[in-house]
Amino acid sequence: MTQIIIQSGGPHLSLQDFGRLGHFASGISVGGAADPLALCEAAALLEGALGASLEMAGHGGRFRFDETCDVALTGAPMRASVEGKPLLWGAVHRIEKGAVLEIGAAERGVYGYLTPRGGILSDEILGSRSVQSSAGIGSAITGGESFRVRGGAGALVKLRQQDRFSGGLIRFVRGSQSHLFDGATFARFEETGFKRDPRGNRQGVALAFDGIGFAAEGQLSRVSDFITVGDIQMTGDGRPYVLLADCQTIGGYPRIGTVIPADLPKIAQAGVGAPLRFAAISLEEADRLYVPHDKEIQAMKRNIEPLVRDPHEITDLLAYQLIDGMITGDEEWL
Amino acid sequence: MVEQRPQDAHIRIYPLGTDGYVLRVSDSLTEAANATAIALAKVIAPLEGVIEAAPSLTSVFVRFDPVKVARAAFVAMLEEKVRDFEAPDDRAQRRWTIPVCFDASAAPQLAEVADITGLGQEALIGELCAARLSVLALGFAPGQPYLGILPEAWDIPRQTSLTEAVPQGAITVAVRQIVLFANRSATGWRQIGQTGFRPFDLGRAAPVALTAGDEVRFVPIGRGEFDGLLSDPMGGARLETL
Repeated sequence: MTQIIIQSGGPHLSLQDFGRLGHFASGISVGGAADPLALCEAAALLEGALGASLEMAGHGGRFRFDETCDVALTGAPMRASVEGKPLLWGAVHRIEKGAVLEIGAAERGVYGYLTPRGGILSDEILGSRSVQSSAGIGSAITGGESFRVRGGAGALVKLRQQDRFSGGLIRFVRGSQSHLFDGATFARFEETGFKRDPRGNRQGVALAFDGIGFAAEGQLSRVSDFITVGDIQMTGDGRPYVLLADCQTIGGYPRIGTVIPADLPKIAQAGVGAPLRFAAISLEEADRLYVPHDKEIQAMKRNIEPLVRDPHEITDLLAYQLIDGMITGDEEWL
Repeated sequence: MVEQRPQDAHIRIYPLGTDGYVLRVSDSLTEAANATAIALAKVIAPLEGVIEAAPSLTSVFVRFDPVKVARAAFVAMLEEKVRDFEAPDDRAQRRWTIPVCFDASAAPQLAEVADITGLGQEALIGELCAARLSVLALGFAPGQPYLGILPEAWDIPRQTSLTEAVPQGAITVAVRQIVLFANRSATGWRQIGQTGFRPFDLGRAAPVALTAGDEVRFVPIGRGEFDGLLSDPMGGARLETL
């Protein structure tokens, strides 16, 4: 069985899959990848069943395999290289036995993902390999660990990633507490230009803006109630905080609404200072925009292309024979 | 539009996110509202298209699979289930007896809470240990219980500023409830004791010990006994089936 060896990395590396459903009544939130689209990208690129991916917040590390193994690099584009040769992000690369894969800082966005072919086969906890260190489920990676991977070699391909790394317009739906915000406050929230604040982690991100806070009626005296991923909470001073994958299950702060799943990756991946605006949509509209993960993966698969060398380095593209759109040879692909 | 349900309904239905609904029994915490929420969650969980249903203090969260069931049909089904729903007169089926240390070293805010409630420390501990507490909900952290409902005198607000950290096993109080912390955590609740009982332990066959509706009683122990129980993830807690 192939192993991935984490030579160094962190401080924010963790194993993630799509999370665990069915434990909400026990106070355990779904968790999983901060950017599930990145796992869809990896699934589309690698095909076949997936174990966990290595999620890298802001910065990667140095990785090695004890057998030659393909890896997909997805999510936020990070500087990646093997022995000084740069690797294209959003693609599958073959890492030779013993070679060191170096992944540096994110060029845009926050969360990058490394997925060996077949995934990382760490132990499942309550039906998932997702680590939720804030809840005491598994622990973050600090360097020196090694994990079994299914491994193997296959098609070296790439895809065009959906750009979700620079903020933008975030759509949200109203919820059980939206009516606690008066019309003027609600309108001002939709008109305000926010920036991703430096404070943020897998539990949520704070938003910065100029002006007074967005206060709700009865801000501090409500019975604690359910909270969910994507909820836009107004903390004590009326500053918005958007909940992400590892958020708690019950909370007491009022919430103006919930970001739709399609736009959550844009929140998670917004780099510090990235501009964010919010627009309320109806649940019916949100339903039209909903794409289940399996459909997302199928759509991405249709846009997979062979991983070819940088066109600037290729003198005659037509001389390349592309069989069935896949390249599985031993060419020295970047 | 399904975003606003009629406000005169017995149990109100609100969307939570794009794949969930909150069925709100009441805006204020009462034993009856909590019992109704716990019973309703059991009725909702097996319904077609439901991924999971969970009770909180006074409401039920239900997550559905929009691929399996259309929203409008799902909401219609929820409306039918909550209409005239009455909780059966369920009694707790399990009773936990959990040792708690109230020594000053394990109860940094006991004196403060004794002052605010006007009960005095001895009476406070006596009242807490005499109370037949119920697991009102699990939440915030894995397996972490909200316990209650304590007498009126215990209706003290959360602190306006957070305590930087209470330890794992902290027994904390606010708004007539106790939270037994599963993990070290920042909180606005005041710590009046500590237990070695771990409500969540991945080393156990069933990592989550408690279930909403369980009865809980605290028994006071000294510092020495508490220290001795720290190596036991159950912290000396006993479970009886009623």
